[in-house]
Amino acid sequence: MTQLSSETFDANARAALNDAQLRGALRNATSLFGKRRLEAARSLENWEELRTQARAIKDETLLHLDRYLEEFTANAEKAGVQIHWARDAAEANGIICRLARERGARLAVKAKSMATEEIHLNAALEANGIEAIETDLGEYIIQLAHETPSHIIAPAIHKTRGQIAELFTEKLGIEKTDDIAQLTITARQVLRDKFAAADLGISGVNFAVAETGTILILENEGNIRFTTSLPKTHVALMGIEKVIPRFADLEVFLKLLPRSGTGQHLTAYQSLITGTKRNADDEGPDELHIILLDNGRSRMLTHPTTRQALACIRCGACLNACPVYQQIGGHAYGSVYPGPIGAVITPQLFGLSKAAQLPFASSLCGACREVCPVKIDIPELLLHLRAEIKETSKVRDQRSEPVRPNRAEQVAFRLWAAVMARPRLYELSGKVFRFLQRSAARDGAIRRVNGLLGRLAPPLAAWTGTRDLRPIEPETFREYWRRAAHD
Amino acid sequence: MWSAVGVSTLEVLRRTGCKVEFDERQTCCGQPAFNTGYRFEARRVAKHFIELFEASKAEAIVCPSGSCTAMVHHYDALFADDESWRTRAHAVAARSYELSSFLVRVLGVEDVGARFKGRVTWHDACHGLRELNIRDEPRRLIRQVREAEFVELESADACCGFGGTFSVKYPEISTAIVDEKIQAIERAQVDAVVSGDASCLMQIGGRLSRVGSRVRVMHLAELLAGQ
Repeated sequence: MTQLSSETFDANARAALNDAQLRGALRNATSLFGKRRLEAARSLENWEELRTQARAIKDETLLHLDRYLEEFTANAEKAGVQIHWARDAAEANGIICRLARERGARLAVKAKSMATEEIHLNAALEANGIEAIETDLGEYIIQLAHETPSHIIAPAIHKTRGQIAELFTEKLGIEKTDDIAQLTITARQVLRDKFAAADLGISGVNFAVAETGTILILENEGNIRFTTSLPKTHVALMGIEKVIPRFADLEVFLKLLPRSGTGQHLTAYQSLITGTKRNADDEGPDELHIILLDNGRSRMLTHPTTRQALACIRCGACLNACPVYQQIGGHAYGSVYPGPIGAVITPQLFGLSKAAQLPFASSLCGACREVCPVKIDIPELLLHLRAEIKETSKVRDQRSEPVRPNRAEQVAFRLWAAVMARPRLYELSGKVFRFLQRSAARDGAIRRVNGLLGRLAPPLAAWTGTRDLRPIEPETFREYWRRAAHD
Repeated sequence: MWSAVGVSTLEVLRRTGCKVEFDERQTCCGQPAFNTGYRFEARRVAKHFIELFEASKAEAIVCPSGSCTAMVHHYDALFADDESWRTRAHAVAARSYELSSFLVRVLGVEDVGARFKGRVTWHDACHGLRELNIRDEPRRLIRQVREAEFVELESADACCGFGGTFSVKYPEISTAIVDEKIQAIERAQVDAVVSGDASCLMQIGGRLSRVGSRVRVMHLAELLAGQ
């Protein structure tokens, strides 16, 4: 399995741009999702009001997260849930593997869950001799291909129908077909047997209600129903930010999440689970374990700007709207969380030095903020992280792993600021540039800048690799003002 | 950078009856440093900007760029720990307007007496659109330009891929994004693509020129100044 890293973002992105099939699949999927989202949002008159409400609920929860988590765990325990706390990925994997071992589990079925992707649970289970099968169709495809998801809600968004057909023929030995119904039926047949045989069902959580100790999981395929009801033991992994105060709050989020994600008014299934079965004869698992995962989240709570990223409900709308994601897809980000929200939470969850490129991989166009159902100001967060990265790269002695500084850029901006704060120097630098451009400009355009000038000014070389540059005019506005326009 | 934009802005403002002053000491709002994470440097330049414009008695500070205007309106983040500078920044921001919104919202003018022979379209610059909510104003102004035929661009509000230092940090991605824009422009079969930010025009125009397109880019001020 090739696992891309956030540290090589630029190379990953370049590879993605050269993959015509990937870009075709991305163009189709992101524009379709975007169109559906817009239609679904327009179907509600009070969309903006709902966004404001949802954000207010999240803000209130995050401000008193300790209290709401205590309330949730107390009520869940009352309903028969066993609660576990995990500080990081290793602890969470440790807990799940121990639960599996203690129950002699050989086979686990998995519902689609970004939290389990975040901690790389499948690898941990495999290392413990437990087979884990993804049961969401998209995740199943990705698992067969030994890849990672490239989108928060549509993990196989980067794959074309033809690629999936080939994969099924190769891995499942079926006759080659690109009929979607036939492919789906094949996956369903394989998965039905797995559900029946599984010892453990593992899921994520969309919302956890403090007031009642209930968890809500949304899906369209019915596989989560099976995962959470057939095996004797159900383990649910949730980030600590998933809790909301009241059951009634779900109304707001149920209107926003499916519409923002897939453009549906509601997902086909909504599983509300409050504890274990009341009577021994009832259907459903004997045990429900809920694991509360921190893994860097409490660090994000400390600052009001970074805190807002914890309001994210993982709908994926910002990915579909992002011009960068639309071109390069999810894998290039080298993180389970790609796109705008990924560029914001990856450096915070896994460390600035591990993902220092991601906050810069944005044109700051703001399309993400426009579609976010909980109004996260992603551009503001990107700017905040950019400043933090530049600050930490200046400091030599620090607690966390240092970010590699870009000395040339530091010097360039120092110089730039010195010039911009001195009008005479500013005017002089314009004259110097006009003099220099004479050698580079041909027929009213500066074309490829190579050689010495390109080495002296790498941004100029980077720009002119693909774009011409219009030279600055012989007379500056200042000179015009002095000559002809002064009152 | 391109004096034609400044010259045209001056022409349009004077034509609509404004008395215009220009302080030759002005340089930059600080956005390039701010957007790249260099807050210390951005603060230094922003302070120069604030000091200079608070000295002016003008009723309005008009800028032919949504991006620069939005930066001035967002000095908060830059002076988060400095209330006195924040207050001064707010006072300057309260008088700062992007050109099209100044003409339409403040002066109430839509017809500035411009003329342009040809088919034109409009590209929404991201910061003007999403930070300052400028959508109708430029379109209203363009519709009043004599002899100009206005057509809506497909995905007019999609980013052109410039993004400041993004355009040179990730030139391949930036170019892939602008290529979508170029295709939409070619499909619109226009003579000129108009926008409100020189930076978008540098990106779109630079790529159009590289691929040998005949479509020209124009700043809104240039279109409006034409007679």
